[in-house]
Amino acid sequence: MAKALSKPPEEQGDATETEFNLVGKPFRRVDGRAKVTGQTRFADDVHFPRTVYVKLVRSTVPHARIRDIDLSAALAMDGVLGTLVGAEMPDSFGIMPVSEDEHALAIDTVRFVGDSVAAVAAVTEDIAHAAALAVKVEYEPLPTIASVAEALATPEPQIHDYADEGNIHKKVSLKFGEVEAGFEEADLILEDNFFYEGSNHLALEQHSSVAVAEDDDRVTVYSSTQCPHYVHRALTKTLGIPSSRIRVIACSNGGAFGGKSDPFNHEAVVAKLALKLGRPVKITLTREEVFYCHRGRHPVQMNLKTGFRQDGTMASQHLRTTLDGGAFGSYGVASTFYTGALQTTTYKLPNYWFESARAFTNKPPCGPKRGHGTPQPRFAYEVQLDKAAHELGIDPAELRLRNLVEPNTITANWLRIGTIGLKECIDAVVKGSGWKARYGKLPEGRGLGIACSAYMTGAGLPIYWNHMPQSGVQIKLDRSGNVAVFCGETEIGQGSDSVLAVVVAEVLGIDIRDIRLCVGDTDLTPVDLGSYSSRVTLMVGQAAKQAAERARDKISNAVSEHMEVPAESLVFTGGRVFPAHDPDKGIAFNEAVIIAESRFGTLGTTGSYIPPRSPGRFRGAGVGPSPTYSYSAAVLEVEVDPKTGLYDVDKVWIAHDIGRALNPVLALGQIEGSVYMGLGEAMMEEQAFRRLPKHLSSSLVHKFPSMLEYKSPGFHDMPEMTCYMIETDDERGPYGAKEAGQGPLLPITPALANAIFDAVGVRVDQVPIHPDLVLKGLHAQATGHEARVGPAEFPDIDFGEPLIVHTPEQGGDGRAANDPKAKRKSLRSSSGTMKERDEALKEHSSATLTTD
Amino acid sequence: MLRLPPINLQSPETIQEALKLIAAGDVRVVAGGTDLWPNMKRRHQKAETVVSLMSIPDLDIIDSNSSDIRIGATATLADIIRDDNIRDRFPAFAKAVASISSPPLRNMGTIGGNLCVDTRCNYYNQTEEWRRSIDFCLKEEGEICWVATKSPRCWAHTASDSAPMLCALDAKVRLASVARERELPLRDFYVDDGIDYLSRQPDEILTEVVVPGTSDDAHCRSAFWKLRRRGSIDFSTLSVAAAVWTDDNNVVTRASMYLGAVGSAPIPVAEAESVLVGNKITEHGIARIARAAHKIARPMDNTDFATSWRGKMIEQYVTAALREVAGLPPLRMQPRHTLKVL
Amino acid sequence: MPAEKRIKGDGSGIPDGMTGAVLKVNGDDYPVVFPTNHTLLEVLREECKLTGTKHGCELGECGACAVLVDGQPVLSCLQITTDVVGKSIETVEGLQHGNDLHPLQETFADLGAAQCGYCTPGILMVAEALLEKEADPDDEQITAALSGNICRCTGYNRIVEAVKWAAAKKRGDDWRPDEELFMGTEIPK
Repeated sequence: MAKALSKPPEEQGDATETEFNLVGKPFRRVDGRAKVTGQTRFADDVHFPRTVYVKLVRSTVPHARIRDIDLSAALAMDGVLGTLVGAEMPDSFGIMPVSEDEHALAIDTVRFVGDSVAAVAAVTEDIAHAAALAVKVEYEPLPTIASVAEALATPEPQIHDYADEGNIHKKVSLKFGEVEAGFEEADLILEDNFFYEGSNHLALEQHSSVAVAEDDDRVTVYSSTQCPHYVHRALTKTLGIPSSRIRVIACSNGGAFGGKSDPFNHEAVVAKLALKLGRPVKITLTREEVFYCHRGRHPVQMNLKTGFRQDGTMASQHLRTTLDGGAFGSYGVASTFYTGALQTTTYKLPNYWFESARAFTNKPPCGPKRGHGTPQPRFAYEVQLDKAAHELGIDPAELRLRNLVEPNTITANWLRIGTIGLKECIDAVVKGSGWKARYGKLPEGRGLGIACSAYMTGAGLPIYWNHMPQSGVQIKLDRSGNVAVFCGETEIGQGSDSVLAVVVAEVLGIDIRDIRLCVGDTDLTPVDLGSYSSRVTLMVGQAAKQAAERARDKISNAVSEHMEVPAESLVFTGGRVFPAHDPDKGIAFNEAVIIAESRFGTLGTTGSYIPPRSPGRFRGAGVGPSPTYSYSAAVLEVEVDPKTGLYDVDKVWIAHDIGRALNPVLALGQIEGSVYMGLGEAMMEEQAFRRLPKHLSSSLVHKFPSMLEYKSPGFHDMPEMTCYMIETDDERGPYGAKEAGQGPLLPITPALANAIFDAVGVRVDQVPIHPDLVLKGLHAQATGHEARVGPAEFPDIDFGEPLIVHTPEQGGDGRAANDPKAKRKSLRSSSGTMKERDEALKEHSSATLTTD
Repeated sequence: MLRLPPINLQSPETIQEALKLIAAGDVRVVAGGTDLWPNMKRRHQKAETVVSLMSIPDLDIIDSNSSDIRIGATATLADIIRDDNIRDRFPAFAKAVASISSPPLRNMGTIGGNLCVDTRCNYYNQTEEWRRSIDFCLKEEGEICWVATKSPRCWAHTASDSAPMLCALDAKVRLASVARERELPLRDFYVDDGIDYLSRQPDEILTEVVVPGTSDDAHCRSAFWKLRRRGSIDFSTLSVAAAVWTDDNNVVTRASMYLGAVGSAPIPVAEAESVLVGNKITEHGIARIARAAHKIARPMDNTDFATSWRGKMIEQYVTAALREVAGLPPLRMQPRHTLKVL
Repeated sequence: MPAEKRIKGDGSGIPDGMTGAVLKVNGDDYPVVFPTNHTLLEVLREECKLTGTKHGCELGECGACAVLVDGQPVLSCLQITTDVVGKSIETVEGLQHGNDLHPLQETFADLGAAQCGYCTPGILMVAEALLEKEADPDDEQITAALSGNICRCTGYNRIVEAVKWAAAKKRGDDWRPDEELFMGTEIPK
């Protein structure tokens, strides 16, 4: 809801700096006051009289058939009102249409310790918990599959029968250009194995949902979700009632980072129980259960082979990755592609072969976490570049500058690059850190490391194939002068409400306090796909801008008639509307609205946004395209204690090409928060598991599902940070803006590894970089061995026949040269509603992986 | 939300009343609750009746004006750090206490609670549901110690930071029961077993800690070093507490050193005494003690960090502690988590 | 605990396992009846309906639930409620002065020290206790005082600056954080 600014806009910065009213000025976030007063209503803060509390009975075995669920002891307890088992909600759901493999509660099979088996509802949470503990489940064990290696070695039993092969969920092989020929012309070929451990989002708010039945087939669900629209779709699938009678309200999220972007089974459970019991039903997960929901960073093994020319430019690259996916699909198919898709966006790579496999294992499902699938290969790439720079005798910063992708070009894998401020980013961190004078020259134990990255500003395609806008905004104005803005976007802490409000306020020239937001409500607000893939600033921003401009045009038309001045001459600023040549003739904004309301009747406008079509036409080309890409460069300074391997990150310089910072103070917060989370992954965070000795137990458990033992950096662990924002003013973004919430995480892990190398000469090719690994490398160094720690090998996997795609340089058309499925796909219907999409749909739709 | 099971909470207002209550059996004693309540929420400590000591007046008194310092069992960790005499005279003890968990927790946790804190293991400090999935463990309801599956004993590790420090400083604890009262050297309070880790009898309550004046800064040099992942919140994965008494010529007359978190009880390093007494502290002597400490410690794979690396760190941390005691310049860089009493 | 503060007594009708009491929260009296095993966190949120106090672990590991008891920060998830009857409890809802924000609330909102806002109430309360005893805390004191609170959004530095800014406001000093915290660091030439 709209909240007051700390100061009126006119006092919030030097108005002469830009032509904007608000854009580019640091102002208090619109939800700022609510968040510091305790007024913000998170899902667990929602309370209704007669609420019933639910606990889920979770599997205590990693993989088994369910033989029997005995609910009798639970049902006999005073205060227990009902139970639910999987058979009562037989329809499956899942975020990706190609992997709808989840159920509200397990049917027949449990797939990991923590998988949901049954639900118990009671008048208090205490009773529900006691009753859940009293439920007896009998299992018939199946083999435990604990890793990618075990998944490869154990094709049967399948964790899911729709997998590409055995327990390999998805296999990908995409070959762009003349990869082998590229290697032949290389002067230096590096091939390295890397590992990037999985991690949890650890949003401070534990997931919570409250469902209220409003009729025998009508229900409202309040939830901590980043994507109310996708929850709405999942509830439609699982509840068996019309989608028009399901309402999902996304509460403010107490942090999410990708962990609340899947629809979750507990949301379906409370909705069903509310309909069954006729009372409001609430579930709030414990921290341990949040670790079971997971959807965090995939553990990824990588083999990266790159051919360099003597001058440091690259001739060819072959990247192979495996993902340990856990027990469900989640966003995993997309994650799989993402471990390769953005590899081409920073440096010129004429030939590129990407192969990947995602395995199903008996662990909580992995999914999207801040950077979704891209921090892992970025780590590998940027560490290998550092190695190449040393081999070739080129400064690592200089090596990167020699390879930069040109703006407004198309990459070998058919991604369209818009603006690119990476050179300015590198220059900023190089100068800021004193790189040239200090790199390689600091005393033993102290070092600098550099790394760069790119990230999408919104996924180019929706999760499910459709012709509709990815973001919609409605504006209602009336004689009060208040402007109500309706949008399905979801505030997860990143400041999306503030983006929505500032764009509308900017266009209409009004104070943010005169805007009322209604967001994240599937009944009341137009669809926005959700707060994921760094899409909100650009897509919601553009939709809001369109809606606001339409409102402004309506008002202009009415006012121009009234004042007898040309509509084009009217200026909206400072809460007034006036002709540019005669500011004194102006009227207050609300008077202008009265004139428009009198002229046109009730006022309302809409805006929509659909990303431009990407040029890629091959299967898999749906992952990676974005309206534009953000860029980051970081330098880290570390001090390593050579006796222990303990190290401190003392300083971070980060530069981020943000296009334009709509609200710099919030944008900086996104950059700093990304650096923080990157440091957590680089230094300590890991979603680790224990496999008990096989001869004694088949168990496979999360090693430490708690805030205490899952280590996330605290106040003491944060270095000093210097943030540079590079503004490239991208034409695709609202007022030129790109994303800032994910990209700046990516360079942090490789920059740390590179800094440790500069400090002590040890290569750690895996994260997190625990001190024992550094010490191990130092020991190897001291005993004359290779001073490297990391995986020795990459699994032997047949990724299948590659799809051959000719690059733009080769004169390709974006299609695969050898895809037998392509022809069939081209027959797909191409009806559309939006102009851009019409044009897009004239082409066949094989670009989307969701039609597979 | 993770919640406590139903409890019968008794809040007696005299120690005698409390002692009578615990003599009745199946009772747990609670002070600040920062250990018992999480353990009960996870259901690995259970009790029908819990007797809180927090309503007993004067059990939290700190008397730091005499030569010996006497600290009542329910004095909070924050109270101890705030006491100027303790900070001045027992700086390493203050440092150890200031390193425990986090500031708000230290406002709740007590010295009695910290000295009695349950041994820890990440097969054990888990919820009922989690422990069901490993069929429990030896410490509670199960048959196997998953840390060392062939071991007949439990390897949960001591988790108290005040314990190794106060052992090194020759502290005593006062234990009361309905029938008697006794004073016990703190080092005899601990037993090297993950399950029965205290020599406290079931009907006894720890009422007071006495730190002898002969261990204060005027008589001995002490140091406390702690290894953990983050600068706060985390338990020790290793701690080293050292106290050394010297004569006017810097010749060591007594030395005492304990390791925390690498065994079920604070582990005394006898070599500190045998190597140092009668000599000045030398780098050579420190190295001998460090190696000996590494040998006797038993770090297990039941807490943070790679186990073998924690073992190696024992030498580093023992060296650091003894160098500090000897006034030698620190060899290793100051970690970001420098322990300070703020 | 002063026994006379307990309502439970003869004829009260309060069953075993429950406690009746009047809690003093933010200066207001809250007559409540609650299960004796419910911590202060649960009673504040569920009986007093003061949902501003948050929870992230319920085990004393994250600091989200911190409130003040007689001016001292405590973790309400581990605070047995009967022990604070008769004491003064302060939560985030009581920080404001009338409709004016407390300086900490102002600076957290203006400097982006609250993003998702979920750890914020706990951090605000711990910071408030610090400012009550230390008018001009330095970075080290602030870091130490807040080191029991986990924040996953901000990266902390902004929180430290916001506390310093609030301390200055409280002192009537016009110090404010560097402009680079609002606009980013100037690009080096």
